[in-house]
Amino acid sequence: MNWKTFYALLSRDGHVARRNLVPTLLQNLLQPLLLTFVFGRVLTAGGMMQAGYKNVLLPGIITISMVMSGVWAVAMPLITEFQFTKEIEDRLLAPIEIGWVAVEKVCAGMIQALVAGLVVIPSAWLAMGSGVDISLRQPMEFAAMCFLVALFAGAGGLALGCSIGQTQVGLMFSLVLAPMIMFGCAYYPWSFLRSFPGLQYAVLINPLVYANEGMRGALAPQVPHINMILVIGALAAIDLFLLVVGLKRFHGKAIG
Amino acid sequence: MGIGIRIDQLRKVYDSPPPAFAGGFSFGGARAGPREKKDRKEKKKKFEVVALDNVSFEIGAGELFGLLGPNGAGKSTTIGILTTRIRPTNGRAFIGDFDVWQQQVTAKRLIGVVPQRPNLDFALTAREILVFHGAYFGQSARERTRRAEELIERFKLTDRADHMVRGFSGGMMQRLSIARAMMHDPEVLFLDEPSAGLDPQTRLLLWDIVRDYNRQGKTIVLTTHYMDEADSLCNRLAIIDHGKIIANGTPAALKASIPGGYLLRVRFDRVPDGLTAGLEQLPGVTEVRSTDHSADIYADRGGSLIPAVVSAAQGLGALLCDVHIQEPSLETLFLHHTGRSLRD
Repeated sequence: MNWKTFYALLSRDGHVARRNLVPTLLQNLLQPLLLTFVFGRVLTAGGMMQAGYKNVLLPGIITISMVMSGVWAVAMPLITEFQFTKEIEDRLLAPIEIGWVAVEKVCAGMIQALVAGLVVIPSAWLAMGSGVDISLRQPMEFAAMCFLVALFAGAGGLALGCSIGQTQVGLMFSLVLAPMIMFGCAYYPWSFLRSFPGLQYAVLINPLVYANEGMRGALAPQVPHINMILVIGALAAIDLFLLVVGLKRFHGKAIG
Repeated sequence: MGIGIRIDQLRKVYDSPPPAFAGGFSFGGARAGPREKKDRKEKKKKFEVVALDNVSFEIGAGELFGLLGPNGAGKSTTIGILTTRIRPTNGRAFIGDFDVWQQQVTAKRLIGVVPQRPNLDFALTAREILVFHGAYFGQSARERTRRAEELIERFKLTDRADHMVRGFSGGMMQRLSIARAMMHDPEVLFLDEPSAGLDPQTRLLLWDIVRDYNRQGKTIVLTTHYMDEADSLCNRLAIIDHGKIIANGTPAALKASIPGGYLLRVRFDRVPDGLTAGLEQLPGVTEVRSTDHSADIYADRGGSLIPAVVSAAQGLGALLCDVHIQEPSLETLFLHHTGRSLRD
């Protein structure tokens, strides 16, 4: 392992991310913030939603923003760079094992996911107005969830970016990501699905369920949520699986 | 000083259409012979393209070595394997003493690669591309800034150094690719068809730069399908076709190995019995290969042989339609070995 090269690769991604900071933030965060404002403020102020809904929504918004930022930050450049131009080749030829180039991409995605989380927490909080009952009384759980959600975004982005082509991006979003978000318990707790028993267990294959439930358990433990140990275990296993699949696919793409 | 290269029984078989490589590595190669077609599914599974067929050769330290061959001959696959981008099916490749596939990282430190099509990092400016490349190879901030500036000037990119490379012309991209490959001062420089698509002026600049780098004791491997490039630039050449090396030596020695040196490609209305034998009897002719309507005559002279060819043909009632004379060249050599032109 060559730390100098690894750090240089990471700096390159940091440099590119800083250059595109404003458009990236707008692309990833505007929609969640608007959603927060409409559901967390307008509807609760008008009496359509109870004030407690803010505590359900905020952790979900944080998670979805982190995941989308991280996945896009890794997957989109990879999809482009593995295309015909093979832009990634200068990094594949850097003096470091090819696997570490992929790991660096995951790390860059994790950092972007965490930055997105950092930006979205205060801004979503502000957009919601008063009456948010969110606490940091469980810092360890919160830290573990932030790490696992960021890793999920990075590793998921790697697996996705090495599996689909540029022409399939739109389809991927509407067929896979959109249903994952809607059935990912971001906007409602998992226990609300009890009226749909089949669905309630079917959605458990969706990693976002664990990400959202875990984030809710860490930030708003008063809202019903799946047991934290179960959540952390499941998410860690999913992260590992995605990382292995992503690395394998990256190798397959990188070497002819 | 300097580092040599050795490849040993290298074989590469693609079992699926290879991904579009930036190098656009071509794989035309010899298709695997027709197999028993049991059913369609079976046939589909048996897709095989032999891009390299047990190729072995050595390149000496400090040599300027050329791989010459038509598109799809296996040149880029050879370069791809030597530069850790394509895994060989069999065989081994060494940069110096290091096995490219066992000691990848060490091998990568020693090589610089200019791909067939520029694969520049489109998210960066020209200067950033060089500076980050230096950083990947562990150069200090001061060193990489200085070296990037030097290369930008040398490759005449100063005006556009701080522009994003997306808007660069093909020639500028190619120059920047070469500058990038030299940024970490590699011992071995690979150039995959470096002058494809370059204007004559840039091509000459490239040749100067390549010769100059070689004079510093660095080993250079380039692929080309331009005869003049191979002839004027390389100390030694291997001619490759259908994944096999068909000739190997200095350009002068290779040209001298063509029987007779001159090639007369003659077309008749028909080639009657006895014409081939008749032509072979002519003084100075070393070999004749004929088809129904044409003959390739290898001889030690060119135009002065024509009257004798005409009278030999007339004697047998054949009519001469066309004559083309080729002086001793690599093109003739390629034709002699493969029966087709490099540009076919």
